[in-house]
Amino acid sequence: MTTLPNQTEKKLGLVIDLDICVGCHACVTACKGWNTENYGAPLADKDAYGAEPVGSFLNRIHSFEVQPETGPAQLIHFPKSCLHCEDAPCVTVCPTGASYKRTEDGIVLVNETDCIGCGLCAWACPYGAREMDPVEKVMKKCTLCVDRIYNDNLPEEDRQPACVRTCPSNARHFGDLGDPGSDVSKLVAARGGVDLMPEQGTKPVNQYLPPRPKDEEIDVLAPFLAPVTEDPKGFLGWLGKTLERLG
Amino acid sequence: MHPARSIIIFTTLSGLGFGMLVFLGLGMPRVTGGTAFAFFAIAYLLAVGGLLASTLHLGHPERALKAFSQWRSSWLSREGCLAVATLLVMALYGAALVFAGTRIAPLGWLGAALSLGTVYATSMIYAQLKTVPRWNHWTTPALFIGYALTGGSLLCGQISLAVPFLVVLGAAQLAVWQMGDKRFAHSGTTMATATQLGGIGAVRAFEPPHTGTNYLMTEMIHIVARRHVGPLRIIAFALMTILPWLLLFVLPFHHLLAALAVLSHLAGVLVSRWLFFAEAEHVVGLYYGKR
Ligand code: SF4
Ligand code: SF4
Repeated sequence: MTTLPNQTEKKLGLVIDLDICVGCHACVTACKGWNTENYGAPLADKDAYGAEPVGSFLNRIHSFEVQPETGPAQLIHFPKSCLHCEDAPCVTVCPTGASYKRTEDGIVLVNETDCIGCGLCAWACPYGAREMDPVEKVMKKCTLCVDRIYNDNLPEEDRQPACVRTCPSNARHFGDLGDPGSDVSKLVAARGGVDLMPEQGTKPVNQYLPPRPKDEEIDVLAPFLAPVTEDPKGFLGWLGKTLERLG
Repeated sequence: MHPARSIIIFTTLSGLGFGMLVFLGLGMPRVTGGTAFAFFAIAYLLAVGGLLASTLHLGHPERALKAFSQWRSSWLSREGCLAVATLLVMALYGAALVFAGTRIAPLGWLGAALSLGTVYATSMIYAQLKTVPRWNHWTTPALFIGYALTGGSLLCGQISLAVPFLVVLGAAQLAVWQMGDKRFAHSGTTMATATQLGGIGAVRAFEPPHTGTNYLMTEMIHIVARRHVGPLRIIAFALMTILPWLLLFVLPFHHLLAALAVLSHLAGVLVSRWLFFAEAEHVVGLYYGKR
């Protein structure tokens, strides 16, 4: 049913720390790997070794440059995957009922055997979180690794999304954002987590932690390394003066 | 948005077909027997042909029946249900006209209303998308219905109606182009809201996630298509309103001229429908620093 549940028991989702992400794309690779071998149709590539490779990914890392009024520009790596929105427009537009939001944990999924591959859900998502598989022609999206997080066959530490488990800098966190006492909710409260494109009215569950303010003086050693004199002495000094006279 | 041929043909032809069914349902013109058959055949060819074209862009057309199930929430599903209901009702109404020579008026009115409903549902598939600010406005359904009524009146030979429709449609299309150009800026969605980094400073896309292209970019970010928008608007406008108006109203009436007017209108609508998609910008482009 593509009507949305009024309320979900949990709001499972990700918290992504833009201050910490180093843009290594490890989560992209882990996601592609896990979701090619497990739940649903494999995430395909086309022309992988050719001139124009394309493929479906559920998680992609953008990089943005932000130029403050003063000081140097900042480079911010920006992972983006499905935000498992509470008011998910991708679900309500689906004509077949293939797209749905689970009442028990709020995860947004696609039932691939019902999907006709019309692509309307991808049009409805403001975040670009859905991609049509180039081979299977069904809609693919982040499942929050629904086949890991409840999987008793995996050791406990692996029962989290592949991206979170893999991130070498701990920039990704997984948990119940509907429970104010959860670690992720506390993190969001402490760091002022934000919704992406709040004006689109999707009420995303995933939260982004903004980069912390940068220190004014970046290099702590700089004061000790101040140049003693601007004028070179000795041979260089003589050379400089001679050249100036010639010029 | 990517101007996919199958969708342009589908929305244009089925719009015309359902527009014709509106007038046939209202008994304009009052036809029976063989003439009625000819009119209904054209309307059904357009409507059904358009619907079939639309299945060409599906990844799994063999599952298309499932698309009738979600009419409670989905405009795409509603469109399918309304289209089938319209075609069934109008088939009964048409059969009575063709074979029995009787006009069951209430059935015709119902069919006309359903036809309008189908066109409305088609337009709402686009108008509902907040992600495409140019479409997300009541003028989208208004224009789609305007196109259906104008094309329908032309094809049904309702010249006295077609002429005012052409004038109103032309004015409406100009206004929609004009207003649509500003709507992305008015939507309030920017790179700053997309990244929430605007508080630090001016945001610029530095590096995309990959060197090649992807589904999102080919489907939703179509910058190349937008280069020739100016001249195409003029061509669309001339073909769909000015030329048919000249042929029908200024020159003395002749069936050949009327047929030319219909063809010119059809060509103009196709161009304007191409623009409808090519000019529409999706907010996801902001993440790629493009629109
Ligand atoms: S991020 Fe996009 S795909 Fe995911 S729930 Fe929200 S609207 Fe749907
Ligand atoms: S592509 Fe599949 S999941 Fe998406 S709207 Fe169409 S049928 Fe539903």
